[in-house]
Amino acid sequence: MSGHQPPPVVELRGVGLTYPGPPPVEALRPCELTVRRGDFVTVTGPSGAGKSTFLNLVGLLDTQTCGTYLLDGLDTGALGDVDRTALRGRRIGFVFQSFHLLNYRTAVENVALALVYRKMKRVRRVASAREALARVGLEHRMDALPSTLSGGERQRVAIARALVGEPSLLLCDEPTGNLDTATASSILSLLDELNGAGLTLVVITHDAAVARRGGRTLEIRDGRMTEQAVTC
Amino acid sequence: MLRWTRAARLFRRAERAVEPSRLSFADVVGESLAGITQRPARSVLTSVGTVLGVGTFVAVLGLTATASSQIDSRFNSLMATEVSVEDVSRERTEFVQPAFPPDAGRRVEALNGVRDAGVYWTVQLPAREAVRAAPVQAADGGGRIQVVAASPGVLEAARPSVAQGRLFDDWHDASGQRVAVLGAATAARLGITTLETRPAVFLGDEAFSVVGIIDDVQREPELLLSVVVPPKASLDIWGPPRGSAKMLVATDLGAANQVASEIPLALDPAHPDHFEAVPPPDPRSLRTEVTNDLDDLFLLLAGVCLVIGAVGIANTTLVSVMERTGEIGLRRTLGARGRHISVQFLCESSVLGTLGGLVGSALGVLGVVVVALLRDWTPVVHPLTVTSAPGVGLVTGLLAGFYPAWRASRVQPVEALRR
Ligand SMILES: Nc1ncnc2c1ncn2[C@@H]1O[C@H](COP(=O)(O)OP(=O)(O)O)[C@@H](O)[C@H]1O
Ligand SMILES: [Mg+2]
Repeated sequence: MSGHQPPPVVELRGVGLTYPGPPPVEALRPCELTVRRGDFVTVTGPSGAGKSTFLNLVGLLDTQTCGTYLLDGLDTGALGDVDRTALRGRRIGFVFQSFHLLNYRTAVENVALALVYRKMKRVRRVASAREALARVGLEHRMDALPSTLSGGERQRVAIARALVGEPSLLLCDEPTGNLDTATASSILSLLDELNGAGLTLVVITHDAAVARRGGRTLEIRDGRMTEQAVTC
Repeated sequence: MLRWTRAARLFRRAERAVEPSRLSFADVVGESLAGITQRPARSVLTSVGTVLGVGTFVAVLGLTATASSQIDSRFNSLMATEVSVEDVSRERTEFVQPAFPPDAGRRVEALNGVRDAGVYWTVQLPAREAVRAAPVQAADGGGRIQVVAASPGVLEAARPSVAQGRLFDDWHDASGQRVAVLGAATAARLGITTLETRPAVFLGDEAFSVVGIIDDVQREPELLLSVVVPPKASLDIWGPPRGSAKMLVATDLGAANQVASEIPLALDPAHPDHFEAVPPPDPRSLRTEVTNDLDDLFLLLAGVCLVIGAVGIANTTLVSVMERTGEIGLRRTLGARGRHISVQFLCESSVLGTLGGLVGSALGVLGVVVVALLRDWTPVVHPLTVTSAPGVGLVTGLLAGFYPAWRASRVQPVEALRR
C-alpha cells in the first residue's frame, strides 16, 4: 500500500530553527509534522510564538538549523540555492496579510507575474492568469488596478496569483488579518472551496475562529509546536 | 568529449528535482519598462542628467565639426596662395647690408607659379616730419599716418579694389616718380575726397601726387591705413629702410610651398640663408589645432554632465530598490533568483540611460543646427557622433545601475515580506 501512496507534501523530521544571537533565540524547537495532499492545516499561537518562523521554513524562505524537511518527498536540505528558489516558485504559493500586489499592474498582470520566472509564453501566462482569476470569482475585475479593488478582492487576486502556478501547497500568513469579518469569511469560504478541490493548505492565524475551519490545527507556543486533537 | 558533456548535462537535468527558474530577455525588458512607466515623472527627471551629458557631448562634437568645416572654407585659395619672405640676414651676420636685391620683385616673379611679388617696408620719416595734405598745414593731433614703400608687385599681390584713379606701376618706380596711393580711410583723414583736383600729400617737405585711392585689399590690410609710395622714390629721399623689409608673394593655387622653397635661392644664390620664406599653413594642422582646443574643454564638461547623470540614475534606482523591497521579496517567493532581480534593475537603469542618450543626442543636434543657422554656418555632425550617443547613455545607465542592482539582489525575502 505504502508503495503506491504519493509522498506527503510536507514532512518535518526534528526540524527546528535557532537564530544565532547573541543571544541565540530558539524560535522553533525541533518538531515533527506530516501534511498530506488535500490537508487543511491551521497554525495558531500568540504573537512572537514562532508562527512566521515556521512559515518561512516550510516556504523555503529560511533554512532550518536542525532536522530534515522533505517537500513532495524531496530532501530540501540537500538542495542548493538555485533549486530551493525554483522549488519555492513552483511548488509553493504564498498569500500574505498585506496582499503584496504591484499597484501599477492590473489584476491579470499581477497574477501572470507568478509565471514570469518559468519557461512559458506570455500569451499562455495571461490565459492562465484569467483562468485563475475566474476560479477566485473575479472574472469581472480582470483588468482593474489594485487601487480600485476592495480588500477582499485584492486578497482574491493574491490567492489567484498563488494558485496560478499549480503549487503543491498554499501557505497563507494571516490571510484575513486586514479584512473585516464578512469579507474574511468569504475569503475563508473560498479557501474551503479550493481545499475541497484538492488543494493542500497551511493557514497561519491568531484568530481562533479562523483556526477552527482547518481540518487540523497546530498550536505554537514559545517555539514549541503541538497538534490539537483531530476534530473530524 | 562534446557528446560526453552534453550527456552529463542531460543527466544532471534529469536528476534535478525541479526545472530552475529562468527569465527571458523579453521579460526582463518588459518588467523593466513596467517599472519605469510606473513613475513617469520621476523617470523623466532621472534621465535629465544623462540628457544634459549626452546633449553636451553631441553639441560639442557637432559644433567642433561645424566650426572646423567653417575654418576650412575660410582657409580659402587666398590664404593658400600667399607666401611672405622675411629678411633674416641680420640674425645671421652682423653689419650686413639689407639683403633684398633691388630687382627682388623681378627675380621672384620669374619663378614658375608666381603671379605677383614685391618688397615693402615701413618708411621712418625723420622726427617732426609728418604726413600732411598741404605744405603749411599743421600736423593733426591724431597719431601719425604710416608711410609704406611698396613695389607695384606688392600692390598687385594685395589684390586691392581701386576706388579712384589707378595704382602706380613699374615705370613710376623705375623713374623715381613721386606718386602715392592712399587707403580710403587715410585719404578721408587727409581731407582728400577726389582726384579731380590732382591733390598731393606732403611727406615731410616732399610732395607726392596722389594717383589712386583704394578702398579695400584682400591681403595686407594695413596698406589701407597707409600712404603707399614706390620704393625708388623712398630710397632716393630717405635712404634704405631702417627696419627690415619684407616681401609679399602671390602664387598660383598649389604652388605656394614649392615657390617658398625656391625663393631664398632666387633672391641671393650666395646667401639663401638670409631669407626665410613662410609658406601658408597646412589646413589640416590648422583644423586639428582648433578642434583640440575646443574638444578638451567641452568634452570635459560633457564628461562631468555624464557623471552627474550617472549619479542621478544610481540615486533614483537605489531609492527605487528601497521602495520596492516588498516587490523584491514577492518576486523571490515567485521563484526569482537574486540575479533575476539585479538584471531587472540593471535593465531599468540602462533603459533610463538610453532614453536620456536618445533625447540628449536629439537636443544636441538641434543645438548644433540652431547655432549654425544663427551664424550662417553649415551644420556638420559626424554620423558616428549621433549613432554612438545612445550607446554612451546606455553605458552610463548600466554603470550607474551596478550598485543598486547588487543591493537589490541582496535583499532577503524574509525581511522584505515582514512589512
Ligand atoms: N531574524 C531574527 N533574529 C532573531 N530573532 C528573531 C528573528 N526573527 C524572529 N525572531 C524571534 O523569534 C521569535 C518568533 O518570531 P516569529 O516567528 O516572527 O513569531 P510570530 O510570527 O509567531 O509572531 C520571536 O521571539 C522573535 O523575536
Ligand atoms: Mg508573524
